[in-house]
Amino acid sequence: MRIAIIALFWLVMLGLLYHTRKTRNVVFWPLLALACLLFFNLLFTPQFYQLDWWEGHLYGVPIDILNHSSKVAILSLGMTLVIACGGIDLSVGAVMAIAGAMMAMMSKEMGYSPWACIAAALALGIIAGMWNGFLVAIMGIPPMVATLILMVAGRGVAQLITNGQIIIFNDPILTFIGNGFIAIPFPFILMLIMFALTYSFTRGTAVGYMVESVGDNEVAARRAGLNSRLIKYLVYVFAGFCAAVAGLVMTSNIRSADANNIGLNLELDAIMSVVIGGTAMTGGRFYLASSVVGAILIQTLTTTMYAKDVSPVVAPVPKALVILAVCLLQSDRVKRYLASRQEAA
Amino acid sequence: MNRRYMTLLITALVLIALYACGGIYFNNFMRLRVLVNLFGDNAFTGITAVGMTFVIISGGIDLSVASVIAFTTIFIAQNVQNGWHPIPAMLVALVLGALFGAVQGWIISFFQLPPFLVTLAGMFFARGMGFIINDVSIAIKHTFYSETIRNLAIPLQGKVRLPFTATCLIVFVILGTILARYTRFGRYVYAIGSNEASARLMGVPVDRMKVAIYALSGFCAASAGIVVTFYMQSGNSSSFTGLEMDAIAAAVIGGTLLTGGVGGVPGTLMGVLILGLIQTLITFQGSLNNWWAKIFIGALLFLFISVQQILSRRLATRS
Repeated sequence: MRIAIIALFWLVMLGLLYHTRKTRNVVFWPLLALACLLFFNLLFTPQFYQLDWWEGHLYGVPIDILNHSSKVAILSLGMTLVIACGGIDLSVGAVMAIAGAMMAMMSKEMGYSPWACIAAALALGIIAGMWNGFLVAIMGIPPMVATLILMVAGRGVAQLITNGQIIIFNDPILTFIGNGFIAIPFPFILMLIMFALTYSFTRGTAVGYMVESVGDNEVAARRAGLNSRLIKYLVYVFAGFCAAVAGLVMTSNIRSADANNIGLNLELDAIMSVVIGGTAMTGGRFYLASSVVGAILIQTLTTTMYAKDVSPVVAPVPKALVILAVCLLQSDRVKRYLASRQEAA
Repeated sequence: MNRRYMTLLITALVLIALYACGGIYFNNFMRLRVLVNLFGDNAFTGITAVGMTFVIISGGIDLSVASVIAFTTIFIAQNVQNGWHPIPAMLVALVLGALFGAVQGWIISFFQLPPFLVTLAGMFFARGMGFIINDVSIAIKHTFYSETIRNLAIPLQGKVRLPFTATCLIVFVILGTILARYTRFGRYVYAIGSNEASARLMGVPVDRMKVAIYALSGFCAASAGIVVTFYMQSGNSSSFTGLEMDAIAAAVIGGTLLTGGVGGVPGTLMGVLILGLIQTLITFQGSLNNWWAKIFIGALLFLFISVQQILSRRLATRS
């Protein structure tokens, strides 16, 4: 039974790899890296592929990976669009903390219904996004500086909301967001839903092309009649919303709002998954699915290192090497070199 | 008035206003000791920010500095514990820091990759390397630290002495200003930041310059790490996460544009002092929490960026 599942999984994986390679889909590269990692685990980590069904829940290392990668994957959806627009959003980690703080505070200290807490937290994320969008699209401030403001001040705001305390809450609905299971972990389901909505909205309509054209050449996009400012603005609002959702997941997962640590450095992980996914930091073409695979890849790398007893303190080094390798693969010089090799062969 | 001096003037006014505020509200604020501590406590941020200023003026960014500082402190502490004299340990650390920066600069220029990503990788790499050396804090016990460095403090007035860390900061700022304003290196940095393509056409060795600029930043970060060991008498591989953002914020407040080509070291020093003053004010006040510092720094960043934006727009419409 177990062997059959593993065999089926690898059949699907190889099929995907073959298909993406043949269609020259960008998702091939992060998928290949993921497959290599998984193959390594197949050989050297015996417990890795073991799945258990217990009390209606699916358990196992792969499920944990999907669960833990969800928040970065959700962040990376918004980040993909921002980067595709030629921008960057450094504030998402701080916005996560703000949203989590708001949710915990309203539930615990003010006694609002959980739905109101969720709505308020999401609204706060959208407001944060509107602020970033205002600075970038309307004031014309370079995105890195503009979002740096909220990155610095945001954690202060979150602490202001929680009054500097770690607020523990136990509302069943609020704790479900980060800990619930519907056969598979709820954060992952949430991520899939958000991915499906984002994907169909950007690729099913012209919005995706609009974002890409603004990122590729803003002047040309404006000359072609696009309201480039509005598109930029909305992209940041969406990133703020995604950050709020990710903040809810993380806060709910630890059942407490910790303004100092929630989402700390996750903006970097999100940017990393987008770049690993093949979306260039200069803007233009974007690949949502590829970003999600990038997020899963980062989490698989981390989990593999834990499984192999690599001390967690050393973990940054392989992470650095992965970023560097992916960056190098994307650089024009290496691409040209590879292309010339292919022609020669 | 020249735009360069305009932003510098605003920064100076904010600095003076903050200092005056402290003097009005708190009795002992104007004492020399407070001023001396302001320099001493912020020396490592300042030295990092000097290197960061060059990187930002050239149109880049260096996220790896905080990790390089942490690496340097743990490297020195571990080697002193292993029986090295601190001076060779420091020299090796400086060489490593500069070399690390140079490699980053080479990757950025040779593969034409965004500095943000390359130095992000560098940040994780240096942090991990520090942890590989040792993942716990190590105290530095050596007569060089307990006596020589202490004796290098310059007596100013009564019992107040200028700590050696503050002297280091002042030396770095002066050297940095000279390097930026009066050397070919400095002019090349501004040229690259203003317009890389034109700089290249005018014969500026852009690729070599980038290697040198990031090496300088790595060198400054390693120096800051050494200053930290003077200050803390220990090494810790997990400290100073987020310091790179302080250094960037200091440069931005000091009038350096993140788009490159504009800025200067004296402004950065003022930026560092403003950040330090906010911290000092909050310490003096006592009941205000640290999070107000973050919000206040964010508000200041917003102020300076808006002013620069308006000035540069006005400049653009005039020409």
